[in-house]
Amino acid sequence: MTRQVFAGLKVADFSWVGAGPQIARELAFYGATVVRIECHRWPETTRTAGPFKDGITGINRSAFTAAYNANKYGISLDLNMPKGQEIAKRLVQWADIVSDSMSVGAMAKWGLDYESCKKIKPEIIYYSTSQMGQHGPLNKVKGYGFIGVSYAGYGHLNGWPDRDPLPLFNNYSDFISPYCLIPTLIAALLYRRKTGKGMYLDQSQVEVGVGFLAPALLDYTVNGRIAFRMGNRDPYMAPHGVFPCSGTDRWVAIAITNDEEWESFCSVIGNPEWIKDPRFSTLLGRKGNEDELEELIGEWTRNHTADQVMSMLQEAGIPAGVVQTAEDLFNDPQLKHREHFRFLEHKEIGVHAYQSPAYKLSKTPCSITKAAPCLGEDNEYVYKQILGLSDDEIADLLIEGVITTDTDIPEVLCGK
Amino acid sequence: MAEREDSLLSGCRVLDLADEKGVLCGKLLADLGADVIKIEPPGGDFARNIGPFYKDIPHPEKSLFWFYTNLHKRSITLNLETSDGVQIFKRLVKTADFVVESFEPGYMESLGLGYSELEKINPRIIMTSITPFGQTGPYAHHKATDLIGVAMGGMVYIYGEMDRPPNRLSCPQFYFLGGLHGSTGSMVAHYHRELTGEGQHVDVSCQQAVVLSLMIVAEIWDMLKYSYRGMGPFYAGARPGGLPLFSQVIYPCKDGHVFLLVTGASQAGMVSSSRALVEMANREGMALELKDYPWQTIDAATISQEELTRLTDAICEFIKTKTKAELSSVALEKGILLAPITTVKDVAESPQLAERGFWQEVEHSELGATIIYPGYAIKISETPYQVQRRAPLIGEHNEEIYEKELGFSKEQLVILKNRAAI
Repeated sequence: MTRQVFAGLKVADFSWVGAGPQIARELAFYGATVVRIECHRWPETTRTAGPFKDGITGINRSAFTAAYNANKYGISLDLNMPKGQEIAKRLVQWADIVSDSMSVGAMAKWGLDYESCKKIKPEIIYYSTSQMGQHGPLNKVKGYGFIGVSYAGYGHLNGWPDRDPLPLFNNYSDFISPYCLIPTLIAALLYRRKTGKGMYLDQSQVEVGVGFLAPALLDYTVNGRIAFRMGNRDPYMAPHGVFPCSGTDRWVAIAITNDEEWESFCSVIGNPEWIKDPRFSTLLGRKGNEDELEELIGEWTRNHTADQVMSMLQEAGIPAGVVQTAEDLFNDPQLKHREHFRFLEHKEIGVHAYQSPAYKLSKTPCSITKAAPCLGEDNEYVYKQILGLSDDEIADLLIEGVITTDTDIPEVLCGK
Repeated sequence: MAEREDSLLSGCRVLDLADEKGVLCGKLLADLGADVIKIEPPGGDFARNIGPFYKDIPHPEKSLFWFYTNLHKRSITLNLETSDGVQIFKRLVKTADFVVESFEPGYMESLGLGYSELEKINPRIIMTSITPFGQTGPYAHHKATDLIGVAMGGMVYIYGEMDRPPNRLSCPQFYFLGGLHGSTGSMVAHYHRELTGEGQHVDVSCQQAVVLSLMIVAEIWDMLKYSYRGMGPFYAGARPGGLPLFSQVIYPCKDGHVFLLVTGASQAGMVSSSRALVEMANREGMALELKDYPWQTIDAATISQEELTRLTDAICEFIKTKTKAELSSVALEKGILLAPITTVKDVAESPQLAERGFWQEVEHSELGATIIYPGYAIKISETPYQVQRRAPLIGEHNEEIYEKELGFSKEQLVILKNRAAI
């Protein structure tokens, strides 16, 4: 078997919810040993928010949590107890990397902030990812991704010019921030190999979000223009939109990038009379009469399925694609070819889907083998094999409630 | 040229052949200090035609899109469709660490520059290919633009008004996502190479990068067989065996809109958030009917639509009387899950971003201007971020690379220019 890229690399993963856990997940996909620290007394949001297997609640039934924690080991430990903090410090001692996505100040309260960890292990590499970064007037803003995307400017750019802004259900900044941090983290690891020095990485997820709107930001800082939402239109293309297809709520996206594609498009749709209208023969004409143009194209697309339109247009070299639903993604032959979804058996959820990286490495492929842990699932392995605790020590920690168990779940969460 | 010794990737060289589809990858590596050489066809990279433009003047040296995505880089011109061009490229590969490209699958092979060829020249080389759907598979040769890509990745369907087609974000994300994941894959491969000496091919699918950005959209289908659909200002929460629960999350206020989650149990901080908000409203004699509402008893699986709508309607009335700034400042103080819907102007004027030192001033001497750029989102304690240089002019570093580094004579360069190789 090929050597795994991060074999031997150790991560103490104190991160939770959306953005944080994806970072160490990527390392775990390539062989790192990642231990995730959680607590039954305050299970993270994803464990209580679902989606749950069959819609039945339960802290080990949420695919939200599972999604970002495959290949990791999971332990339960109460960091609010001094003995819990002691155990956590032993994990820091063991680790190469400490991962934090808690609210600003939480890790310091437990004596687990960078400065404290550095005293335990000078060469530690420590990253914190939060909405606003560790410092500044807004650093205490509550840390969910929907807050971040709003502060970064996304809501204003989502929707139609004649309507209110729209929410981004996917908390977008939570899903780009991890992939900005991973390259920096890997570079930090290699820097440490060369210099022996650890370091601290402090990420602001809002700033990541702003970076992904950079063209609009520069248009403001240079030209003073305040970008606005424009539905599916594009400043330089027409037709450019999402059109209705046969079936319920089925749509296809079409983008014509040049005259040649426009001519091919006309021929695919059978050269109807209206295309001879001079208003539609030039780009400027089509831009100027876009409402009517879209109406006419919609009359053609609605007689076909979205798949048919995509195939017909792609065969003619025209950019077109189905507006895929979640169900479509699971049936998409390209994603199947790429093995995007991998199915693993989770202790309580059963066999379910995990997503793989967006890139394939030709010589050292990722290896996704372990479903996400239930809360505390790997206590025995981690406390015994990694930290070397004896059975008696573990028994004491259980009795004292330092290692938490199912009985510690707050009533409001387990009563459902 | 000032090669930085004090950055994480100093000493690493990237040959960047990518057009707009993969251009962000090299930029992100350059952010970490890599020496990125943009290789443009004579006349310049096509992406130089992408707006917005400096002072709205469409010109290949004035694209703000290009400025940002090529920050730090150097530029040489090279025509890979000439035999001299191919030979020169191969020479450059000998001393390079990464090649980043975004041509249609098969194009590099057709030039004799596929990974298997490059590997022979330099076994340490990492070649990163960024394409809409990946190098192989049934859609590998499908054409895409931002709209097509985000639609195929499932990101369009989750945004939208109920009575209109689903919509994309009005600032392109598809290729940025591909570049982002390209830099991640490149760095995983880089780590392996530094430990073993072995390079490899990194094959990126922008479509997969989109799917990875959907939060739990795929997981909701997997668990509940429900495809999430954008529903105007609401979240449409999936409920097993029933209609989705519509929770309003966008609220109009006095001077714009805010995002606000009004809910109870199930997510950390939500009960206290809803309480604090109602207290704020109560102090002004509004939403009094919610004064002692038992937020901790809300169960998203069972609460009726009427009940939730009653709650959000009462709060909506209060929100309308306040400005974004008034609401945000109380939200910050009291831990309310509310945020202003900001414009690029609000973002540019944010005291938080200023305090973090996020913005970077970059001088463009040939424009006689200093332009303010978004900076790096991560504070790196040992090696603080630094802009290496503004984006290059077309072929700005031809002399530096071709003469000083590769040792071509002026006469040879004239011949190459004449043959349209550079």
